[in-house]
Amino acid sequence: MLEIENLEVSYGSIKALHGVSLKVPQGSIVTLIGANGAGKSTTLRAISGLIKSRSGKVKYDGEDITNLPAHKIVAKGLCHVPEGRMVFANLTVEENLRMGAYLRNDKAGVAEDLEFSFQMFPRLKERIYQAAGTMSGGEQQMLAIARAIMSKPRCLMLDEPSLGIAPMLVRSIFEQIVAINKERGITILLVEQNANLALAISKHGYVLETGNVLLEDTSEALRKNPQVREAYLGG
Amino acid sequence: MSQFIQQLLNGLFLGSIYALIALGYTMVYGVLRFINFAHGDVFMLGAFTGLYLNKLMGPILAALPWPVAILIVLVLSMAICAALGILIEWLAYRPLRDKPRLNVLITAIGVSLLIEYTGQLVFGATQQPFPAIIPKVNVGGLGGLTVTMTQVIVSVTAVALMIGLRFIVMKTKMGMAMRALSLNPTASSLMGVNNSVVISFTFGLGSALAAAGGILYASLYPSIEPFMGILPGLKAFVAAVLGGIGNIPGAALGGLIIGVTETLVAGYSDVLGIPSGYRDGVAFVILILILLFKPSGLLGKVEREKV
Repeated sequence: MLEIENLEVSYGSIKALHGVSLKVPQGSIVTLIGANGAGKSTTLRAISGLIKSRSGKVKYDGEDITNLPAHKIVAKGLCHVPEGRMVFANLTVEENLRMGAYLRNDKAGVAEDLEFSFQMFPRLKERIYQAAGTMSGGEQQMLAIARAIMSKPRCLMLDEPSLGIAPMLVRSIFEQIVAINKERGITILLVEQNANLALAISKHGYVLETGNVLLEDTSEALRKNPQVREAYLGG
Repeated sequence: MSQFIQQLLNGLFLGSIYALIALGYTMVYGVLRFINFAHGDVFMLGAFTGLYLNKLMGPILAALPWPVAILIVLVLSMAICAALGILIEWLAYRPLRDKPRLNVLITAIGVSLLIEYTGQLVFGATQQPFPAIIPKVNVGGLGGLTVTMTQVIVSVTAVALMIGLRFIVMKTKMGMAMRALSLNPTASSLMGVNNSVVISFTFGLGSALAAAGGILYASLYPSIEPFMGILPGLKAFVAAVLGGIGNIPGAALGGLIIGVTETLVAGYSDVLGIPSGYRDGVAFVILILILLFKPSGLLGKVEREKV
């Protein structure tokens, strides 16, 4: 569904990605793991059009979407939940969710998905009229994911959904990520530092190091790989 | 006492015009984080558009009842100036979108000078009388107060426009996109918002309000010239800072406060021992005080965000 070929990105004179290639098949959860600064977020940002790539191709549904502006890529059903969540701090939870549905005009469908968001994360319903910026990190992450779902994506890219969140909430967020994939059939590209968790819910994984794909394999095999175990899974 | 109320009213009428201009400063700051110093000149263009519309459509307007005539002039000149505002952003500011903010600020000063001197070339440098579309009648005889029809129209129009603006910003999709963009442009583009369109819309909206302010101001003080936008523009900028830059209700409140303070200082100059010529300095004293004691403005919040 999502195919990246030889993606190269530079920040000024510093090369951040040296030709990354990866494939995300329809209906799967694929994870991208690696240390800080390996280029995980950069990869997602280049795919979703937040930064321009120097060379390489991004194909979505067979269509070349390389370097399209971000708002056009969302319109194609590829949604990016950025690192740091980026909820609209002064807008209420409901307004945030409605922003997620910005491109949609089907009122009934939007109302239905709003209900679905609240089923997925009941906490959001409790805080429906609260300004998003006043919620805890975990709640903001829930909101960021639900907001992305409101755009009715076919493919979702999640950047570090576990970062800085209480362990109890991480578990419930990851359960929902699996549910989104299974029940709604949304393809997921997951970027995580918590490799254990990411490899546990994904089918396939890529290991990124300093802007290159170091390894790629099934998640099962990566979990057993001694190199991965030592570097990313804590031995 | 009645003199005080009279001054207070005069201040509110003037302040409601400052408020209209201040709204444009604050909205543009909200989406682009820079002060559009050419905004006061759009206010001037609004007044001149009104003047020229009157010259062009004089006989037609004269045949209509005056409330319809003023409405037509107001709406047309708002529309024309909205288009001009969008054009200014597109030509001058959009190419600098990814450049340091200082570059944009300096460009804004350049645009301001360009409009003023082009205005001088096209409209002429002398003062021109603004046609009295609103009849010169006194409607408020109560307790010795003087309220003219013009003042009534000014305040009613200003309030109506502010209510309309609040509706657009709080209740429409475009308004929500404006607020989202001002909070986080990256996230709004990830929601599918075309930020450039929202920025254009914001410029259009702000310029329309400035144009309305120009027409209303010219109705109160019916003598216009190409540099008439400088002082009201600067005062409205102070009003926006006073209310908390980026905060829409704050800009409206700031405008009213500046208008009232200025009028009271001028009206009680003998009591205060300040010559009434200092009225224009009042806004800037307020600016210095607000920057010293509450730089975030009256309604501006120091934003704390959890990460």
